Amino acid sequence: MSDISYQMTVSPDFTPDHISGWFIFNTWLQKTLGVGIHLELYDNFSSQRKAIVEDEIDLIYANPYDASMLVRERGFLPVVRPSKFSDEAIIVVNKDHQAQQIEDLPIGISIAATEDPDVNLICEIMLEPAELNVRNTKKITISSYPLVAKALIQNKADVGFFLHDAYNSLSNLTKRELRPLVSSEIQVIHHVLMVGPRMTTIKDRLQEVLIGMAEKPRGAGVLKAMNFAAWEAMDGEEMEFMIDLMDTLSYQPE
Amino acid sequence: MRDMEPADTTGDFSEKILVFADGSRRKVLVTEKETLLRDGHLIVSRTDPKGVITHVNNTFVEMSGYSEEELVGEPHYILRHPDMPAAAFKDLWVTIQKGTKWHGYVKNLRKDGGYYWVFATVIPNIRKGEIAGYTSVRRKPARKKVLECIKLYPNL
Repeated sequence: MSDISYQMTVSPDFTPDHISGWFIFNTWLQKTLGVGIHLELYDNFSSQRKAIVEDEIDLIYANPYDASMLVRERGFLPVVRPSKFSDEAIIVVNKDHQAQQIEDLPIGISIAATEDPDVNLICEIMLEPAELNVRNTKKITISSYPLVAKALIQNKADVGFFLHDAYNSLSNLTKRELRPLVSSEIQVIHHVLMVGPRMTTIKDRLQEVLIGMAEKPRGAGVLKAMNFAAWEAMDGEEMEFMIDLMDTLSYQPE
Repeated sequence: MRDMEPADTTGDFSEKILVFADGSRRKVLVTEKETLLRDGHLIVSRTDPKGVITHVNNTFVEMSGYSEEELVGEPHYILRHPDMPAAAFKDLWVTIQKGTKWHGYVKNLRKDGGYYWVFATVIPNIRKGEIAGYTSVRRKPARKKVLECIKLYPNL
């Protein structure tokens, strides 16, 4: 194994059920590439952002919002994306909330949300038909999706913003107390595995082994632990397209 | 671009002639049937620098009434509705050709002569300092804004 050691991290919006999958993936990756990689998982977006700014990260499974920043500001390059997997968000209310559709929500509602930037962006867009925006709503930032659910159940917020997968991974007991109001169907934005400047020399090899991962018995098992079917290559133009998309989405109508 | 035929539409229609900025003309048959963009859905498309469609997502196909094969290769103005003021599209092209984003409320024409309202954002795709094409994202607008546009657009 090479003396060089890299640091990997995962966007803090991963579901708790798959934490072990990422550790297994890291072990598989080190063995396959013959390089040392330390997996560091951060509890929240701000501590991960700090590590990125301090150039501590070499390999990251990034959400689409952060991926744009990593390319533009930190010189990261896309490697692969999970196959047939797009980022979708869902707006949820307490099961007894009077709103039956987005347009029923009045100005001044309170929103429970994590710091997840792309989920917040998608959910804010889904509130636009009700003319709700950051200026006429009150956002309560909460550290995790289970706590967003708790805030709704305890009627401490009118609506909650969730990553679709995070909502689905809540217990049935919790979901019985909640009601989805609207789900996104964007289809074209997704997480991406990216390498930083120190790791670009092995980018092509990394991409090759990851694309072939699903075909190998051990690789397929690791992917299953992460809840992915396979990885597929992501090139620079696809990345640029997603950056353009995130740019169009970041505008809120007056 | 092909003129619309009565067989394309359902119900009563009125006939209009559209003249586009490139000088081409199209006969369109418009109906009063509105289709609402579903909550949470976004229409996404990309064009080349001349505005010819290169990519569409499933929601674009569903809302326009055309198949993906019918859309790719056609000018984006295949969706132009005669109720839209020409000034809006002139502003769009002037804005995006300068390399900046354009936003606006747009009434689009469906293949069957019906229509749908969107809030559209168009962004130039800058690659190596040049405009390589445009990306457009259209989302569901607030109804109040649509009603304002219905009042304002005939006077523009």
